[in-house]
Amino acid sequence: MALLQISEPGLSAAPHERKLAIGIDLGTTHSLVASVRSGVAETLVDENGQHLLPSVVHYTTQGHRVGYEAYQDASKDAANTIVSVKRFLGRSVADIRHNWPSLPYEFVNEDAKSVSFNTAQGIKNPVQVSADILTELRGRAEASLGDEVTNAVITVPAYFDDAQRQGTKDAAALAGLNVMRLLNEPTAAALAYGLDSGQEGVIAVYDLGGGTFDISILRLNKGVFEVLSTGGDSALGGDDFDHALANAIADNVGFDATQRKQYYRHLVSAAKTVKEQLSDSPTARLDLAFGNMGEIEIAREQLNLLIEPFIKQTLRACRRALKDAEIGKDDVVEVVLVGGSTRVPFVRDQVESFFGRAPLSSIDPDKVVAVGAAIQADVLVGNKPDNEMLLLDVLPLSLGIETMGGLAEKIVARNTTIPVAKAQEFTTFKDGQTAMMIHVVQGERELVEDCRSLARFELTGIPPMAAGAAHIRVTFQVDADGLLSVSAMEKSSGVQADIQVKPSYGLEENEIADMLKASMSHAKGDMQARMLKEQQVEAARVLEALQSALAVDKALLDDRELAVLENTMADLDAAAKADSTDDIKAAIDAVDKASQVFAERRMDKSINLALAGQSVEQL
Amino acid sequence: MGIKVSDAAATRAKTFLQNRGSGLGIRLGVKTTGCSGLAYVLEFVDDLNEDDEVFEDNGVKIIIDGKSLVYLDGTELDFAKEGLNEGFQFNNPNANGECGCGESFNV
Repeated sequence: MALLQISEPGLSAAPHERKLAIGIDLGTTHSLVASVRSGVAETLVDENGQHLLPSVVHYTTQGHRVGYEAYQDASKDAANTIVSVKRFLGRSVADIRHNWPSLPYEFVNEDAKSVSFNTAQGIKNPVQVSADILTELRGRAEASLGDEVTNAVITVPAYFDDAQRQGTKDAAALAGLNVMRLLNEPTAAALAYGLDSGQEGVIAVYDLGGGTFDISILRLNKGVFEVLSTGGDSALGGDDFDHALANAIADNVGFDATQRKQYYRHLVSAAKTVKEQLSDSPTARLDLAFGNMGEIEIAREQLNLLIEPFIKQTLRACRRALKDAEIGKDDVVEVVLVGGSTRVPFVRDQVESFFGRAPLSSIDPDKVVAVGAAIQADVLVGNKPDNEMLLLDVLPLSLGIETMGGLAEKIVARNTTIPVAKAQEFTTFKDGQTAMMIHVVQGERELVEDCRSLARFELTGIPPMAAGAAHIRVTFQVDADGLLSVSAMEKSSGVQADIQVKPSYGLEENEIADMLKASMSHAKGDMQARMLKEQQVEAARVLEALQSALAVDKALLDDRELAVLENTMADLDAAAKADSTDDIKAAIDAVDKASQVFAERRMDKSINLALAGQSVEQL
Repeated sequence: MGIKVSDAAATRAKTFLQNRGSGLGIRLGVKTTGCSGLAYVLEFVDDLNEDDEVFEDNGVKIIIDGKSLVYLDGTELDFAKEGLNEGFQFNNPNANGECGCGESFNV
């Protein structure tokens, strides 16, 4: 008979309509799946009672294996064992080669903008590898929940860009999962502690894993978590503690270079064990059987000294993140610890003294993100009576389009809460213009060349009209997962074009930070550049209009008048090519003045035409 | 007759209630849906209704409405594990047929 869970009052599901949903923490080194059962959010275990699933997939000619088994294969068959695939989502081969020069994988097309590995199971891309991990977790969830599971909330780092988020969604679709929402990892951790119903204010999420460190500053305002800033180091984590301790042990027992090299792997795993023991007791004993060096004792203080430089480094990143968010330490109302390395007591102490308050650490820091995702999934699938938690996130960078002169016109401002839809009207620049190129850009700078290009598409079939007469409505829509679609429509004819933005490859978190910083440090120069470009565009527009008028009505001017006008036009043309905003402005004024007579005569002529042949009574 | 709660079910039910932080007890009930006619209801209880009866066994308060009690009298609430799956089940002497999945039954 079916096994039942306790529901909230009045929310018992009809048979075969149980509302199941899972939360997945798709991590770089480990992944977890959690679900809410009888009101309790907990991570689900595999047959061996393990909560963590190593994010490793081993492809053989027979099939593939995921998790611990695959992890053990990594050293034997490195080329077919994809480890930490999350790093590769939404990246180009060049990017990956640059960041990790010594990977054992065979890439299919070195020039491609997205990555594919050549494995014993054929060609696999990061989305497929991620899907294999998700399928494994889904299977575990179905075995644990006793039913089919399709609805999921999956967490992603706060700094993931559109391409990386889309990659995660694609992987979920391949794994047969319906992503109800992608949730930022720090937001999930805050949710696990129920901070969404707590005090409003700034929350710092300190996430120190095995190989990565992330600090996120969130602001909770009316139930909405806003990411104020992110920072960190993608190559700093508990593994560094292990290596430092391993080297110290080798020094301590007097290993020479050869022994150190020979026993290094043993040293590192021994160091890891010692580190874990020191989290619970002040000293740890280590039997160095492999080097015949007998037993040594290591005190917590020794470990603390060794890891202090790394922790200082994380705190520097915290300071920077606070500064980026323009808030002080005193504004932080809660600190949340995430990641296995925050179990080290010294890390907790240092974080506590940095922020001046005890961090939240009662939930297992390895599981806290998955738990938060499960809580969110449970709400989204409709298992809570008061569906008040409508979690929103914000855009990390502004989105807009390129306008004449290479200017970036922002349509959706940075830090806007998503989902959002915004529209703005644009018009044509030339008479009879029938097509318009829409160039979608991301960033804070005024000039397109300083922003990041996301996509281009063309709106064609605009009916020929005078310059400025067409109304083209450009709509930006960002869904709850941070994915962007842009559409453009010419209003009189209804012709339309749109695009889904899946950028070719991603931005790193520090690149986002750099882009933000650049926009501040270049603010003045950018404004001047913008004004110059605007004047240049205006100059081109004036010249364009005059030239087309002259082509029709040159006869209205005598030779002398024409020469004067053409002279001022030549001056304006020259000024527009130089870079003085004021000169261009002056030249435009001069042309305006010189063309006044011409404009008046054209006006007379068109009125005459309109009136010709009509009697006074008719008017 | 009445309602029994097994040790395993009592331990779990207490934990879940404690975790939830509020609630008078657990409601058992039946409703008329499902492929075999009737389906079980298992919910937390915040408010008592007029026709509710309250039982207590093994330290757990069980709330059943009068109509459901007809179908549930003598039932033992148990907690079981089947592989990785775990949850509550109704050992109901009144049920004499279940659908293949066991989510609904008839009497």
